[in-house]
Amino acid sequence: MADFLQILVTAVAVGSLYALIALGYTMVYGILKFINFAHSDVFVLGAWTGFTASTLLISRFSISGPPPLWLGPLVLVTAMVVCGLVGFTIERLAYKPLRKAPRLNVLITAIGVSLLLQNVGQLQFPIAPDLALPFGASPKRMPELLPDAALLTMSFGDNQVVIGLVDVIIVVSAITLMLALEVLVYRTRLGAAMRAVSFNTDNAALMGIPVDRVISITFVTGAMLAAAAGFLYSMKYPGLNQPAHEVWVLLGLKAFVAAVVGGIGNVRGAVLGGFLIALIEFMGQFVWARTLDQWFSTSMAPTLRDVYVFAVLIIVLLVKPTGLLGTPIREKV
Amino acid sequence: MQSLADNLAHQPARGVRDRVLAQAPWGVALLVALVVHFVLGPVLGPYWSQVATQAAIAVMLAVSLNIVNGYTGQFSIGHAGFAAVGGFTGAAVSYYGALALWGGATKQEGFLVPGEWLMVGGSLLGAVLAAGLGYIVGLPALRLRGDYLAIVTLGFGEIVRVLLQISGPQLFEADDLRSSGFKQWFPPPLGGAQGFTGVPTYASLFWVGLFAALVCIVAYRIKFSSPGRALLSSREDEIAARAMGVNLARYKVRAFVLAAALAGLAGGLYAHTGVVMQPREAGFIKSFEIIIFVVLGGLGSISGVVLAAIGLTVLPEILRDPQRLIEAWGLLAAVGVLATVGGVAMRRSGSRWAPLAVGLGATALGLLAVALVASGANALMRSATGDPQANIGKYRMIFYSLMLIGAMLLRPQGLMGVREVWDHFRRARPAPGRPGGAAT
Repeated sequence: MADFLQILVTAVAVGSLYALIALGYTMVYGILKFINFAHSDVFVLGAWTGFTASTLLISRFSISGPPPLWLGPLVLVTAMVVCGLVGFTIERLAYKPLRKAPRLNVLITAIGVSLLLQNVGQLQFPIAPDLALPFGASPKRMPELLPDAALLTMSFGDNQVVIGLVDVIIVVSAITLMLALEVLVYRTRLGAAMRAVSFNTDNAALMGIPVDRVISITFVTGAMLAAAAGFLYSMKYPGLNQPAHEVWVLLGLKAFVAAVVGGIGNVRGAVLGGFLIALIEFMGQFVWARTLDQWFSTSMAPTLRDVYVFAVLIIVLLVKPTGLLGTPIREKV
Repeated sequence: MQSLADNLAHQPARGVRDRVLAQAPWGVALLVALVVHFVLGPVLGPYWSQVATQAAIAVMLAVSLNIVNGYTGQFSIGHAGFAAVGGFTGAAVSYYGALALWGGATKQEGFLVPGEWLMVGGSLLGAVLAAGLGYIVGLPALRLRGDYLAIVTLGFGEIVRVLLQISGPQLFEADDLRSSGFKQWFPPPLGGAQGFTGVPTYASLFWVGLFAALVCIVAYRIKFSSPGRALLSSREDEIAARAMGVNLARYKVRAFVLAAALAGLAGGLYAHTGVVMQPREAGFIKSFEIIIFVVLGGLGSISGVVLAAIGLTVLPEILRDPQRLIEAWGLLAAVGVLATVGGVAMRRSGSRWAPLAVGLGATALGLLAVALVASGANALMRSATGDPQANIGKYRMIFYSLMLIGAMLLRPQGLMGVREVWDHFRRARPAPGRPGGAAT
């Protein structure tokens, strides 16, 4: 029971991060109808920007001991702004010229952008030579911005369930951002414009909606959510891998699977899918871990987590290709 | 679509003599492999022979992926997964087979020794397995829209990688193999995260040359056949193709399965080149490398893809060492000048092979130019950083990704488009023997 609840806590925290990333995938897909492969790299960039900013700030203000409370939000905003700008640049330079091109070309461009971000991310930038700062080929460790405290401890007999401060902050920030997005998309004029462009680009343009600007804003919003997710992820798992590492790619892929499972193009579906995928991933591991290890006398359970997620993807694609909350798309000639 | 129109003008083979002649390419492939092995091999020496082997395998992977990504306009990014399935199958058959049959996996010397046939058998088995998996993966994905195939194949590659990582430890002794039970074979002993080592290096220039030539011939014959036109038409316009009676799902699945099988074959040979087979071989980074060959060579163009695969495999090797630079320049310059001069002479005499020769020469000179620019940049970097070992090839992925984006923005059909290299060097007036010859 205690194990189960502990894993549930982790699943909810990670699920909210998946949901944040999935929102970016789904928003871009809703408007431009292509998979933005570079989105997971923007997420990685968010994590690394968070690392750079916090290391820089800690050394420049010579903070020793536990960092002050304003540092975390400041770093979060920095990461979001940097990634927003990067997202804007990517959209303007790489995707906008291809607006009328076949989808395959846009897909290849997205892969090109993704490869570019991964490989540029491995260069050594001379940001602060004395600190040997980031974006190297070497893994780094995120400085601790929060005390590693338990907010709530429940005991079940001999076992304890610990809900950490980090988990709570991740879930609260993620849900705040999701609510903000919900308000933006469904309660503002800009959101109405986004939905109009997503519904029918040409008609939206006829109605006087500045399509290019709306698309740019959508991109920037998605990139900022990914950056926030990246930063929050690095608070929970402080070991930062190099930008092209498989761990990052798998995270991005799972978030994409979440968007597809929820119904790609649907904002609420992405949130649902994010939590669902994380639950399946962690619960699958929880249920199967011991059984599998007994059968095969190896410790294979942790790596098999990824397999469950893709199995779910294939099942959903077979049974309900539009995802749980998606609406069927009619092909027009 | 010029070359398609050309080939429509070809009459199908008729009569015994024509039918025998129609099978000539298989003989040509054998001839090419023998020449490559016995003439080119000694000329190149051991180092460049190894590079040539890797280039030939890259050609097989790129040409097979081209059948899916180039012909049908689908987008698979799990090709390395299929190659890894074939690779590990081939490695296991060859290694454990040698342990069981001959008590050890040391390489047998000689040409066409039994071990080499074991490699061929293992690679073919790998191809069959990869094809089966391709069917399972492709069937659900291809019924959906194109983007989903991309994601499902990417997921497939990662699943293969994960499964390989948790495979059991390799058995190194014949006695271990004999006494092994269910526990050793489930999960199969493919080396796990350490990788699979000690596979005898039977993938000589003969075998890779033969299979690369065969893969190219298969791809060429498909492209200019009736099913090939069905594939290309579905790429141009799915709805129009369907209206013409093309069963889209069936053709797409067939193309996908064939590509997976050829990738498995290439992987099987790759396992025999003296590399340690790592689970990482199945990952997305390898798949992206193959995609770069296909996109830069031209989606649908066989010769373009072959050139891209060879060029991009050889270029990093050239950049590693200035001495090799000069050797490679000499070779490229010689081939370029000879083929161009020969081609111009052939054009004078009205030979139908002239565009091929001129195309080859121009390509060699083009590669020479690329190598010159790259090595110039390399020298510049070496003098700027003061590090004589500095190697610009380390940053090649940055250039490749920029080229990928640039190609999509400026030349969306890839460098060659769907056309072959020699189509670009065809004359305006009808060439003899080719009614209506292409005006390019």
